[in-house]
Amino acid sequence: MYSFGENVSLVDIETTWTFDNYARIFKPEIMTLLWRTVWISLVATVVCLIVGFPVALVIATASPAAKAWLLLLIMLPFWTNLLIRTYSLLNILGTRGRLNELLGWLWLRCNDFLSFIGAGELGLLGEKFVPIKFLGTPSGVVLGIIYVSLPFAILPLYSSLERMDRSYLEASMDLGAGQMQTFFRILVPLAMPGILTAFIITFIPALGQFLIPDLLGRGQVDMVANVIQRQFKGANDWPFGSALSLMLLYVTFILLALRAFGDAAKARRESIR
Amino acid sequence: MNNTINRRQFLGGAAAVGISLSLPKELLAEGGKVNFYNWDTYIGETTIEDFEKATGIKVQYDLYADNDELFAKLKGGNPGYDIIVPSNDYIEQMLDADMLLPLDMSKIPNAANVDPAFMDPSFDPGRKYSLPYMWGTIGVGYRKSAVDGEITSWEDLYASDKYSGRIALMNESKTVLQMALKLMGKSINDWTDENLAAAEEMLIKQKPHITAFAQDNGQDLLLSGEVDLAMEWNGDILQIMEEDDDIGYVVPKEGTLLWEDAMCIPKGGENVENAHALINHLLEGEVGAGIASFINYATPNKAAQALMDKEYLENPAIFPAVEATSVSEASVYPGAEWVQKIDETWTRIKAAG
Repeated sequence: MYSFGENVSLVDIETTWTFDNYARIFKPEIMTLLWRTVWISLVATVVCLIVGFPVALVIATASPAAKAWLLLLIMLPFWTNLLIRTYSLLNILGTRGRLNELLGWLWLRCNDFLSFIGAGELGLLGEKFVPIKFLGTPSGVVLGIIYVSLPFAILPLYSSLERMDRSYLEASMDLGAGQMQTFFRILVPLAMPGILTAFIITFIPALGQFLIPDLLGRGQVDMVANVIQRQFKGANDWPFGSALSLMLLYVTFILLALRAFGDAAKARRESIR
Repeated sequence: MNNTINRRQFLGGAAAVGISLSLPKELLAEGGKVNFYNWDTYIGETTIEDFEKATGIKVQYDLYADNDELFAKLKGGNPGYDIIVPSNDYIEQMLDADMLLPLDMSKIPNAANVDPAFMDPSFDPGRKYSLPYMWGTIGVGYRKSAVDGEITSWEDLYASDKYSGRIALMNESKTVLQMALKLMGKSINDWTDENLAAAEEMLIKQKPHITAFAQDNGQDLLLSGEVDLAMEWNGDILQIMEEDDDIGYVVPKEGTLLWEDAMCIPKGGENVENAHALINHLLEGEVGAGIASFINYATPNKAAQALMDKEYLENPAIFPAVEATSVSEASVYPGAEWVQKIDETWTRIKAAG
């Protein structure tokens, strides 16, 4: 309702059925931020799927005792607050953080190795180690989103792999398909419902991230949710904030509808068969 | 035989048959509770306990991180807070929206402790709705060994690549733009389309040199060495100056924003009487000194100042030099239309690059 309203005073909002708040979404700066939000979320989601799939496969094929422990390991981060997890990433990803410390150490070792084999003079790895800047860049935000949403990607993948009938894989191998062929032509298609669920369950929350762009993006890589958050606080513009968040909600609905539509089509195909 | 029943028996009987009694407010004034909504890390170590011990009033102490959070909480109706501590321009905004109760000064005799210079501010003429808690500045915290000479101007942060990649600004749209106005030689309250566009251009141009728009943690970035210059509240820099001698604080020569946080009673709270008692307590000299020595902000309380040591009173980061404060100003609420324009400008700055 607010999204069709106007601020009439500092505290009152009148619903005037205006579309101004929706029109403001199409300003270039908002479109830039929307586009940035979508590609950052997309990259993070795809990486989550690529990394999550093998992990899910390992858990699904492990012995029952090991399975319980592995699942526990996946769930463990949920017991820590998101804010604390993000702050710990700040410590890891900083230019003087742990990750760069490790990379610097590796650089030194590699350089030692190069001098050992007599290639030290070439300076193949540059004059001195330059720390990689993760924070304040999109890479930091992407890493942050991957870190918080990886468990969400693994669990649906795991459940679909778990339920899968392994005899298909054996049949494929018996009939002469290679490991790769079996993976891409049998395993992945069979796990497709899980992959889609994992995609939606990571992509949609990623669209709404504002804490990670604030902290890991250092306010340099704002996403749409940062604008929404400001409308409800400093900018005191609830109508525009509502319009923007409904916009995100519509995107979510469209994705879910596509998913449901796909499922229905598949069911129909199968019933015909 | 005495047939009158005493109070205890009556209450017991009433409770037994499930009758609830609503007592007149005066009876609850002694004891009872008060809901205090204050900034994070903004009170003395034992301030609340001492008040509870002295009066028997239970204090429910809640924290907010910024004025916007406070305003957003109260906007839809007061959820039950009895004392809040908003900053000057938000007091103006709340008065505009009719959200504050006038204070009953007869119940706050300690108001006499406040420095007379603070008793007639532009946002609350004659001090009818608020009493000052702490005041301060926004300035530049810097690593002495990493900068060349001294930092004297906002230019080093806003319009120069000298310290490229070592600068943190605040993540507060209005404040950051206001300092850009200051650098242009304008008043921080001089909002015109032209000034706003110039400030926008300045910041978009400077953005590649800025490391972070810090979410209230510029001091941490400075302390950990991620940046060498950080625009921050003076109190935040002071806290890390105590940990690291290499950190300095300066109010640039163009001047800055002077802020004041003041205690107010929002409409809709239930414990107005207790709120007055708590405000009076907080303005007591010793209590004020206890808070000031712990949080290291400048107190406007004369009686508290008298109890503080030289180190506090002569610290330039707490009480900046008169040359810098004389060209500084308090922020005035610019009106809803400008708030929206400022936010749109900020979105464009954030979307750039």
